[in-house]
Amino acid sequence: MSNILNVSPSPHQHSDDSTRKLMLGVIIALAPSLAASIYFFGTGAIIITLTSVISCVAFEYLIQKFLMKQKPSISDGSAIVTGLLLAFNVPSGLPVYILILGALFAIGIAKMSFGGLGNNPFNPAIVGRIFLLISFPVQMTTWPKPTGFHPVTADAVTGATPLGIINEGLRNGETISQLMDKVPSNLHMFFGYMGGSMGEISALAIIIGGIYLLWKRIISWHIPVSILVSMFIFTGILWLIRPEQFTDPVFQLLTGGVLLGAVFMATDYVTSPMSHKGMIIYGIGIGVMTVLIRNWGAFPEGVSFAILTMNAFTPLINMFIKPSRFGKEVKNG
Amino acid sequence: MFKSFPKGGIHPPENKMTAGNPIEVLPVPSAVTIPLAQHIGAPAVAIVAKGDEVKTGQLIATAKGFVSANIHSPVSGKVVKIDTTIDTTGYKQPAVFIEVSGDEWVDTIDRSQVIEKEIKLDREAIINKCMECGIVGLGGATFPTHVKMGIPAGKKCDLLIINGVECEPYLTSDHRLMLENGEEILTGVSIIMKALGVEKAIVGIEANKPDAIKSLSDLTSGFKGISIQPLKVKYPQGGEKQLIKACCNREVPSGKLPLDVNVVVQNVGTAYAVYEAVQKNKPLFERVVTVTGKHLPKPGNMKVRIGTPVSALIEAAGGMPDDTGKIVNGGPMMGKALADLDVPVTKGTSGIILFPSEESKRSEVTPCIRCGKCVTACAMGLEPWYLSAASEREMFDKTEAAKITDCMECGSCSFVCPANRPLLDYIRLGKSTVMRMIRERNTK
Repeated sequence: MSNILNVSPSPHQHSDDSTRKLMLGVIIALAPSLAASIYFFGTGAIIITLTSVISCVAFEYLIQKFLMKQKPSISDGSAIVTGLLLAFNVPSGLPVYILILGALFAIGIAKMSFGGLGNNPFNPAIVGRIFLLISFPVQMTTWPKPTGFHPVTADAVTGATPLGIINEGLRNGETISQLMDKVPSNLHMFFGYMGGSMGEISALAIIIGGIYLLWKRIISWHIPVSILVSMFIFTGILWLIRPEQFTDPVFQLLTGGVLLGAVFMATDYVTSPMSHKGMIIYGIGIGVMTVLIRNWGAFPEGVSFAILTMNAFTPLINMFIKPSRFGKEVKNG
Repeated sequence: MFKSFPKGGIHPPENKMTAGNPIEVLPVPSAVTIPLAQHIGAPAVAIVAKGDEVKTGQLIATAKGFVSANIHSPVSGKVVKIDTTIDTTGYKQPAVFIEVSGDEWVDTIDRSQVIEKEIKLDREAIINKCMECGIVGLGGATFPTHVKMGIPAGKKCDLLIINGVECEPYLTSDHRLMLENGEEILTGVSIIMKALGVEKAIVGIEANKPDAIKSLSDLTSGFKGISIQPLKVKYPQGGEKQLIKACCNREVPSGKLPLDVNVVVQNVGTAYAVYEAVQKNKPLFERVVTVTGKHLPKPGNMKVRIGTPVSALIEAAGGMPDDTGKIVNGGPMMGKALADLDVPVTKGTSGIILFPSEESKRSEVTPCIRCGKCVTACAMGLEPWYLSAASEREMFDKTEAAKITDCMECGSCSFVCPANRPLLDYIRLGKSTVMRMIRERNTK
């Protein structure tokens, strides 16, 4: 018996999960959306995705190696996820240099300056997107039409998002029923035939990814469901009261980044609460705030602002919303 | 629908390779080492001296105080020394060393194979018999059984729950015992019911043992007040509070004991030992141990005399494979890694598991990504990430407020952590420090 035995405290086995495997799972879940954006936006989508992923990974590597003087941890895959999500949140025609700036901001400011993975209070991809939206409002709202690889006539190259059309129309005094003729049908939007950020347009692709995440238990239902349900209820009430001023709840859920946000952005581990109760409060906060920004704010779209705001509340939610402890309330007669 | 506990829980791979292996009797070794602290409470005091001849089943150490247990010689032979030994916990303990000659049992033990179902002793006599025979809880905690049988003044008990869950992966000793000695176990359950003065007992068994559920269910018709409750396969289903919640929907309050919800829990192995003590007058000096491992040539369930060195069990299972990297006493979730194979089997040894090297090391620790999986996994509804981080920073008052003392150290949090963080290591540090703080406060 010459073996040298390891002695360590229990437990002596592990689920074999790792940050890397979880991130790989997220990347797999994002694949249908990537495929959809390439189908709808063609070469532009490929260029944007590659640029975003490569620059996010490169910035993380360079910052860790030369500024923080740490062992680079890009192999955990989190920078790839940030890169993909940032790409999915910008128009496919965005100039590449702007996107690289966005990646630098997302990784450098939002993630690494707080200490890297696990320490960032805000979702890096959303911070990157909002930085770009505020700094380059024109480029960030120039939406190429979803024509795939097919050549298009010059006047039809860009168009507004459905939310943009509604927002603009309401300001010009039009009613919802007049405006609904100008936007794609709900079925078309479900598949992704509309203008918008690269990865947010196809509800179908996002739902497939979401089901994969739930099936693999990478995320739990609490955050996406509470966002979608609270938005549905809130917009449903508004729509029932004033159908000429507010769009119907299905339209609200299918447009803008609601699904992408609910499934992939708000569920970011680091910046969302850790208990199920906390997750539901966080989700409802995002849903309600999105509706408020969309209808009464300056922007036609509000998901990313809502998520960012609730990210800020996450430490408070973690502090005050505790899981129900076993044996805390005694109900035995 | 199988019953279960409401919060948390995990599904580790079961790896119960030995579930189909009948219990084999391991030959008596040539020498045994009997630690005097094999139970919770004060160590027993040796009453034999160097050179004494002892018989199998003879009392060799007596309980010191109420919460303690007698220890009997598992072999016949000669006491060669009374010294200290390293036991399975890794600490030095006083122990009696016996050199074996033959296997001569004390004649008070009924060695016949007849199953004695009629309970002749009354309540007091049963408790005394369990105390005399050194019966302790065989589920792993080794709490003296006679202490649990005596209901303190002001408390009452109306339900006995028998733990046949065996939720630890790999282990199958309770499973085999339930299959092979069902009638004895149910008689033992009836005896404990009589001692506690309860009319009802529930045997909780995880659904991954359908054969045991069936065979015990078939036997219950011959016993009054005993029912079998199949339970969902989920770790830690066998945790005392989780088991009670699942079986009768009573929730033991934080910091309280099962008796506070009028329940006593005993393990199936204990019920069998109680049967042997009360009906056969046989002290506790042997038990069933699962010896297993993925690369072990002949894993199995063995009936082993207390004091047998672990190395003899591994030898009987075909010898230690070359790639063995860790040997665990108990289950893989809560067991203790052994540093030395000469340590003896004690009353609390339910299994010996050999892990191949590639499974014996922990993976690299990466930063916490705040995924909350530990919170979801915790069956006590605690926040392991917080308790661990606060303990690591020595903020023990914070961990006390967050009820670190509720932690039963089941290891589910460390098991699920994708960042491989040693959550339970730090929680143990915090918990033991907080318990010391509480003791010091109370003695002031």
